[in-house]
Amino acid sequence: MGRLKLATVWFGGCAGCHMSFLDLDEFLIEVAGQIDLVYSPIVDCKEYPEGVDVALLEGAICNEDNLELLHKIRARTKVLVSFGDCAVTGNVPAIRNQLGPDNTTNVLQCAYIDNAQENRRLPTHDGIVPALLARVVPVHEVVPVEHYLPGCPPPADRIKAVLTQILAGKPPHLEGAQLKFG
Amino acid sequence: MAAKTLTVDGRQISAENHTTILQAATDAGIKIPTLCHLDGVYDVGACRLCLVEVKGTTKLLSACTTRVYEGMEVTTNSERLQKYRRMTLELLFAERNHTCAVCVANGHCELQALACELGMDHVRYDYCSPKWGVDATHPFLGMDHNRCILCTRCVRTCWHIEGAGTKNVAGRGTKSYIINDLNEPWGESETCTSCAKCVLSCPTGALFHKGATVGEMERDRSKLAFIVNAREKKQWVV
Amino acid sequence: MTLLDLEQIKDKEIAGRKKIVLRCCLAAGCTSSDSKNVKARLDQAVVAAGLQDQVEVRGVGCMKLCCDGPLVQVDPANTLYIKVTADSTPSIIAALSGGKSDLPQGDPQAAFFTKQLSIVLANSGVIDPERIEDYIAADGYLALHHALTEMEPRGVVEAVVQSGLRGRGGAGFPTGLKWSTVAKSPGAKKYIICNADEGDPGAFMDRSVLESDPHAVLEGMAVAAYAVGADQGFIYVRAEYPLAISRLQIAIKQAKRIGLLGMGVFESPFNFNIDLRIGAGAFVCGEETALMASVEGKRGTPRPRPPFPAERGLWDCPTLINNVETFANIPAIMRRGAEWFASIGTEKSKGTKVFALAGKIKNTGLIEVPMGTPLRTIVEEMGGGAPGGGAIKAVQTGGPSGGCIPAQHLDTPVDYESLTKLGSIMGSGGMIVMDETTNMVDVARYFLEFCMDESCGKCVPCRTGTVQMHHFLEKILAKKATARDLTHLEELCDMVRNTSLCGLGQNAPNPVQSTLRFFRHEYDALLQPELHSGGNGVAQPQPLAGAK
Repeated sequence: MGRLKLATVWFGGCAGCHMSFLDLDEFLIEVAGQIDLVYSPIVDCKEYPEGVDVALLEGAICNEDNLELLHKIRARTKVLVSFGDCAVTGNVPAIRNQLGPDNTTNVLQCAYIDNAQENRRLPTHDGIVPALLARVVPVHEVVPVEHYLPGCPPPADRIKAVLTQILAGKPPHLEGAQLKFG
Repeated sequence: MAAKTLTVDGRQISAENHTTILQAATDAGIKIPTLCHLDGVYDVGACRLCLVEVKGTTKLLSACTTRVYEGMEVTTNSERLQKYRRMTLELLFAERNHTCAVCVANGHCELQALACELGMDHVRYDYCSPKWGVDATHPFLGMDHNRCILCTRCVRTCWHIEGAGTKNVAGRGTKSYIINDLNEPWGESETCTSCAKCVLSCPTGALFHKGATVGEMERDRSKLAFIVNAREKKQWVV
Repeated sequence: MTLLDLEQIKDKEIAGRKKIVLRCCLAAGCTSSDSKNVKARLDQAVVAAGLQDQVEVRGVGCMKLCCDGPLVQVDPANTLYIKVTADSTPSIIAALSGGKSDLPQGDPQAAFFTKQLSIVLANSGVIDPERIEDYIAADGYLALHHALTEMEPRGVVEAVVQSGLRGRGGAGFPTGLKWSTVAKSPGAKKYIICNADEGDPGAFMDRSVLESDPHAVLEGMAVAAYAVGADQGFIYVRAEYPLAISRLQIAIKQAKRIGLLGMGVFESPFNFNIDLRIGAGAFVCGEETALMASVEGKRGTPRPRPPFPAERGLWDCPTLINNVETFANIPAIMRRGAEWFASIGTEKSKGTKVFALAGKIKNTGLIEVPMGTPLRTIVEEMGGGAPGGGAIKAVQTGGPSGGCIPAQHLDTPVDYESLTKLGSIMGSGGMIVMDETTNMVDVARYFLEFCMDESCGKCVPCRTGTVQMHHFLEKILAKKATARDLTHLEELCDMVRNTSLCGLGQNAPNPVQSTLRFFRHEYDALLQPELHSGGNGVAQPQPLAGAK
């Protein structure tokens, strides 16, 4: 069997899950021998490649860019893992859903005007802020997801547990405290 | 007859007359998940997590409100019950805004702990994301309705342990919520004695001490059981 | 009050009757289309024509053919005027003295009337519900006298057992069994409750009984109180029924005044008082444990059973709760005997059942038919089919917790077991007819929304499970759902049914499950293909326009 093609993706989240991923420390070296990291915020690769085996998806789906990329990822990936609370539940990014589905302008208003210290104005140029979705949603609300790795962030040993099982060709299984949200 | 014998998950156990299935099972070391049950106050059978199968009836019965009888055969953990319990939890998580990561009760929350215990790794239902407020009018206590699961433990504690009768339920269905007096801000309640027993009773982070930050909301619930025991049995045992 | 007094009232009442009686419906349906005014104008016209010695205009309860109200029936000529207006009243009076009237008339010989068998509604539309003398003239309170003076309480219970009467509130629990349980439950204080919290959309049977014949309910309750040993009764009636409340108040006052309620009924040692409790509009308060909480002044939420009200009910005392129609059956059973009653209906469902016919049907109104009458007889013969002659698609019985019975099952006899077998319930008697233009998914959504809004919020599955079920149905109707969503919906139906605390939650999935059972193709037609193979393909969130 060839080396496992792994991708890690950063949607709407704080990158804390990726920080936790880096906390894998020497296990990263061990893993590096068995995988090709084909796409990741820490890899210089602009286009999500074809034929990925496993993708760890951090973050909630918040805007059109997220949505477009996610569909591409689903089409090009065998196994998706929702990586961390934002991907699994929406978590902190989804708190804005309380402002209501039609309140994208309210969200922007809240962030760029009401709570801004200076330069209070809405971004007006295309490409600065991608169009926001009506609701921030967890990954599995958009596409099918194979496995869930909750935690905010998931501690390194939990990530290790999942990766170890995947590398051993088994469906990852977490239980008890390993499933803790937050 | 003073005692009854019954079978719980294939194990023969004995229980005092008039005890509930939940009590009998707990005494025998068999754990049945609960959320609305709280030692010291009466049971209402509302959360439906403690539902068990009893031979002879097709209906599922809440263990906290059903009394044992001689020869009863109880199953507490069938595949079907596990499935329903997980769904119940998912429904609760989807109902309001339970963001564990930023909750005062993170790590000390019964809802969160049950999700781990029952293997709930994600929620299959769309989150309702309702807009609920926080009542921070009390000088040192707070109520975040976003985290409330309407177990009414605080209501029962307020009425039956403290005897103040401040807390109550208003509204209907999923729009029900906990109120103080006749829906006044907590800080303006004339009946609240500020005893904070409601905070002790809350399974989630809905009721909290002001100033507590993420994960700091620890509670010593044995205090409630202590008070009830002291009052009812005149035993002052810690 | 003695039997002699009762007979004197009856004789006097009958002796004072006039040759011609004009019965004018003053129940809620007809009054909402101005029948009060019609009655007043009829009175004036009688005086104007100088006929007051020969003609009586009597305000009566429901005359059943509600769609054609206001109704006026002339006795003994047996003429039924329909859609009467205040202006048409002189013509009605003129016709009494041989004049020809071209006012619209109904046919008293139509199947709608002739297929009915009136026990509960025997006095409905016949007597003046605001005059106890009229009720007594129709042999009212004879049953109570018979029970009090000639029977032991045990004998009364036995008679109800023998009659085979089952609760008319929905579940069909044997009434006699319930009575005997309460009678046997130890306790010095016992209560009787009449559940008049009728809340199903499209149902108005109990309202009509209360508006048309309140004394029958009072008498039934008094008999029950004697049988089980209670001395206090409550009628829990919803505030949305002001006319029923006012007629009950009048009836209670009249019965008390002449010694048929209160201390020493019929000069016996039996005491019985009835008080009204007005519901505040919560559907769930029709559930007996929630109703009792409400009577006690608490928040109306159900509690787990056991203990059942028969053992521990109001203020922890043994309590008998029956529905309006159940109590209204009692006087006839006591008067005419259990065997007579048991001879009507089917093997397991005895007597008659009152239904409120509504929806896409020609004759909407109130009908009372023997148990076991085929649905087809009710819908096609009596109801006259869909207006405009379209095909009937389904009949919804049992209110929001009931189910939809498709046209191919119209030959089903109406009884408790047959309806349950088809995934519906008898319920309290609402019957809503749907024609081919009805979207069954939308019907399910409508009824589920009702249950969701009316959930008391106590138990999790009903409170929030119904919200999620409703959400799935909206998604399906918006054509944004996939087969995976439908699976989730079905799973939720099963879960909510099996885990909810009370009947409201347990039956909330009925409209979804029964439409899925018979009309699954309508659901399938709305589903979208999976977005990604092998996945759950949930619909995409839509980006907001203009959110740059």
